[in-house]
Amino acid sequence: MSKRQASIPHSGNIERAELENGITVLVYTNPAVQSVNLMSSVHGGSIYEAPEQSGLASFVAGASMTGTANRDFDAIHGTLEDIGAALNFSGHKHKVGFSGKALAEDLSTLVDVASDVLRNPVFPTEHVERLRGERLTWLQYSQFDTRYRAAKAMREALFPEDHPYHYGAYGCEESIAGIKVEDLKAFHSRQYGPAGMILVIVGAVKAGEALALVSDTFGDWRQENPSVVRCVDAPTAGAERGRQAVFVPGKTQSDISMGIIGPARTADDFPAAQLANSVLGEFGMMGRIGKSVREEKGLAYYAYSRVGGGHGPEPWTVNAGVNPENVDLAIESILAEIERLTTELVTEDDLADNQSYFTGRMPLRLESNEGIASQIHSMESYRLGLDYLLNYEEMIGRITREDLLAAARTYLSAEDMAVAVAGPEHPGL
Amino acid sequence: MLQVTHHTLPNGLTVLLKEAHSAPVISWWLAYRVGSRNEPTGKTGISHWVEHMMFKGTEQFPAGMLDREIDRAGGQWNAFTSMDATKYFETLPADKIAIAMQAEADRMVNAQFNPDETESERTVIISERQGAENQPTFWLQEGLRGSAFRVHGYHHEIIGDETDLRTMTRDDLYEHYRAHYCPANAAAIAVGAFDTEDMLAEIERLYGTIPASSAPDLFARQEPAQTGERRIVVERPGKTAFLEVCYRAPAATHEDWMKLKVLDAVLSGSSGASDNKTSRLYQALVKTEIAAGVGAWLTPTIDPYLYSILVTLREGRTPAEAEAVLLGEIERLKADGISEEELNRARKQSKAAFAYSTESVTEQAYWLAQSFILGDVNWFDNYAERLMGVTAADVLDVARAYLVSRQRVVGVLQPIEAEEEQTPA
Repeated sequence: MSKRQASIPHSGNIERAELENGITVLVYTNPAVQSVNLMSSVHGGSIYEAPEQSGLASFVAGASMTGTANRDFDAIHGTLEDIGAALNFSGHKHKVGFSGKALAEDLSTLVDVASDVLRNPVFPTEHVERLRGERLTWLQYSQFDTRYRAAKAMREALFPEDHPYHYGAYGCEESIAGIKVEDLKAFHSRQYGPAGMILVIVGAVKAGEALALVSDTFGDWRQENPSVVRCVDAPTAGAERGRQAVFVPGKTQSDISMGIIGPARTADDFPAAQLANSVLGEFGMMGRIGKSVREEKGLAYYAYSRVGGGHGPEPWTVNAGVNPENVDLAIESILAEIERLTTELVTEDDLADNQSYFTGRMPLRLESNEGIASQIHSMESYRLGLDYLLNYEEMIGRITREDLLAAARTYLSAEDMAVAVAGPEHPGL
Repeated sequence: MLQVTHHTLPNGLTVLLKEAHSAPVISWWLAYRVGSRNEPTGKTGISHWVEHMMFKGTEQFPAGMLDREIDRAGGQWNAFTSMDATKYFETLPADKIAIAMQAEADRMVNAQFNPDETESERTVIISERQGAENQPTFWLQEGLRGSAFRVHGYHHEIIGDETDLRTMTRDDLYEHYRAHYCPANAAAIAVGAFDTEDMLAEIERLYGTIPASSAPDLFARQEPAQTGERRIVVERPGKTAFLEVCYRAPAATHEDWMKLKVLDAVLSGSSGASDNKTSRLYQALVKTEIAAGVGAWLTPTIDPYLYSILVTLREGRTPAEAEAVLLGEIERLKADGISEEELNRARKQSKAAFAYSTESVTEQAYWLAQSFILGDVNWFDNYAERLMGVTAADVLDVARAYLVSRQRVVGVLQPIEAEEEQTPA
């Protein structure tokens, strides 16, 4: 193993243990820093909520930090803020994640608070109502955010109402207004448990000490009647064709959001799709789309594409912000690049450039505790194997131009993209 | 931790180097002492536009070549224009840093400013401004700056006024570039996995041959003293009201700046390390359900700027009641000062924030570049030490000196129904 490979997290330097209650713990020692980071997840994402309660999973995540059986709101936050530590919960589609950081000397306090808010939240009514008000304010503000409105319209066109991806993680004003404390408690009881939980610790800590700490703190956690882990398929109905136009008053720019069903992170062709996406709207100054829309035509400040990945059929998206007069031209330019990617092989240079980009950026991604924790969490969560990073260069190097074309043809279609534009009224809308 | 070494080349280029061997990565920065602060009326936004043009290539590195080479190497590169400076950076695997060093040396003197590309970029920059205008709070910020600074260059947004973006010419941009991009007005900064002696030799080889010139006369006008509270109201379509209360703050190198930083940590919790839910303003405004959020900013600047507190109102609550509570908290601070417990929390948070920020070489290099811009290359390295030296009495002193109505600017973003928006025919 070369010196460079030895510095990459892999099965030989990541300590991995499975507790009896089903928690998988992974520890990576990074002696170059003074701090530690936690990254964790449980199966408590928005796919487990009913459509009329959209936003519930995220609400539970946020409300977990407002009071436990052992600490009230001020005690939770006072304990963390007194030591300059941070702990954040965030609701996603499939999982709820929590991440934290502290000075290495304060790891035990951080783990103790994390365990408490994860296991023992009581959802105090006073704080639930306050949080509800904050979320309603955010949702009201978002109604006047053109990027949010365009992305929402695209998502709703792509996923029908009976698909869990139709709904945003934060819900809507109606659903948030209707969620009761009992709903929070029931969701927590159903979805939060040790089975399937992943906990990654990275930083200035010895692996044995960290494992012992987690075992002592989380080892006795048990859950009655955990819910079954759910998988999500792509919707059977195709995208709603034609443009979704959203008028947002008082704006000077239009935001464009385009999308189509993309591959899950675990799909065999996900790496090829990622490379194809990089050619389309990432590499250099936002790939071919950036070159066409921004550099050559001067239409937009931003124009890029992204393949979502994730545990289910996340959308493959293109986003751009343009003057209202340029909406049609920008959309046509983007669709032309999608058409090109799905009908022509990328050049040898394009493939080589992007392979080099993907493998070369790894050292920067592993520069911080947070970056390392994120990579290790992904390896475990998507079952990529703990030597995934070690083999990454070789895996990327095996991908061919034909693989990129096949991935692009499998998922992308200029004709079937859901297209939404949010902004001021203009002739194109 | 290894220390920063400070050098000056014969042509006037400042060089700051710091070895960090935790990852095989180097962050390379060029910082120029020119920003929106130095722009006269009619040329607002010119520093930012020049920054964009610096990515259009030179004869040696044509447009697109560096995008490709840096991405191929797995690097990051970007640039930022602020009120005080324009900064360019590349972070790359250590064995690939040479191209970044060569490219920055080249574009310090050889950027082309092709007329067609200048015109193409004009629409990109106007698009960037229009994208910002889509956020209602942009209009509040722009209004507050204009109210707080009548004379000084801090009065306009970094992106510039649209009328200037439509009228500036290629020659205006090129003249600005030629006047400000020279060794005597710049610093080169490297943080990462290198040997200082070798790195300095390479910098001397690449940058030492750039001709010397005297540092430019930077356009800067002193703001006259404020003589009373100022207030503005901005109306935009929407549902959410905002209140922003600003006080005049000293320059970052003034001894009072760090005392205000501790004051801010107690008042708003803006430590950069943890959340702010124990802070006085969160407790007084958010926990009481007047506001959905509160945050504050004390930006380190060359000249005196602002300490700003932004409150996001909940539906049904008014800016007036939020302002009354906020000002009440400020008066309490001025009357009673802060407790030792609050001071110790601010100190611990500062220690943690410093540890987090030094994990990344890019962040370390950013702060070294910022220290150069502020005129004190030790500003960042001494940051934690200076903060630890602040006492509760210091905080009381600056609260009484700076948080006074005569030096206050208050802004309200009042949401209106869409049909209420009036535009001239």
